[in-house]
Amino acid sequence: MATDFQSASGLKRVRGLGSARSGAHHWWLQRVTAAGNLVLLIWFVASVLMLPNLSHSGVTAWIAQPLVAVPLILLIFSTFWHARLGVQVMIEDYVHAEGLKLLAFIALNFFILAAGAVATFSVLAIAFGA
Amino acid sequence: MADSRPLSPHLSIWKWRVHMATSIFHRISGNALVFAGLTLFAWWLAAAATSKEAYASFAAVADSPIGWIVWVGLSWMFFQHLMSGIRHLIMDSGWGYALGTSKMTATWVFVGAILLTAAFWAVFFFGPGLR
Ligand code: HEM
Repeated sequence: MATDFQSASGLKRVRGLGSARSGAHHWWLQRVTAAGNLVLLIWFVASVLMLPNLSHSGVTAWIAQPLVAVPLILLIFSTFWHARLGVQVMIEDYVHAEGLKLLAFIALNFFILAAGAVATFSVLAIAFGA
Repeated sequence: MADSRPLSPHLSIWKWRVHMATSIFHRISGNALVFAGLTLFAWWLAAAATSKEAYASFAAVADSPIGWIVWVGLSWMFFQHLMSGIRHLIMDSGWGYALGTSKMTATWVFVGAILLTAAFWAVFFFGPGLR
């Protein structure tokens, strides 16, 4: 443990300012969502390949089934969360100016939440027959 | 600030190795999947939820020459990321760090990704579904 080092002293660790910040949790969630992605995306790709066609009526009828809509929503959560964590690491590696980094994080979070909300709402709208 | 930190004097001394290529491709493919993949995925779902006409405009773009270039590229990026992602998870368990092993698995990531991409399109065009 790094408890002996000045740079990771008690207060800094509580505030998440040690060199690892909240990195271990981030790393772990990247793995959990990776496992989720793996299972759900194999299901998704295989299911789409088995559809009779990709027409509007075919696709909406497929999504409207509970056993499709629910895994699809899980897939949206898992992939968008994984994406947020992953792009954050990329930004941390390449953007070093604090202000610009903050802006990039905010833009990333807006993009993920907006696109994720659109995707989730769309599945629900189809499932509940809007 | 970051610029004033000391840097290793050997940063420019390196040569390409296959395991380095898997690493940078993991980043490239992951980010391509986010910015092209998730955006198109959300558009596809939104178009399907909105109307037949909205879905037709999505389909027109998806079925265009540029659309097909994107689908082929995205499918390759997907299988590349999937393969190197699995390699990451395996190496997280502590296995695969010996130089020869690491090289071998990195090579298989590239070979496997190409094979899976080819298999995907073979099933897409000649498989039991989608006609
Ligand atoms: C197919 C299942 C997937 C698996 C097994 C997987 C696995 C992983 C793993 C283990 C990492 C962490 C790598 C590291 O710590 O350096 C990672 C990073 C990442 N993943 Fe995935 N992933 C999958 C799908 C996806 C999808 C669908 C997306 C896009 C939405 C995505 C986007 C990313 C991004 C942007 C990163 C960060 C890459 C970087 O370091 O810059 N992944 N993935």
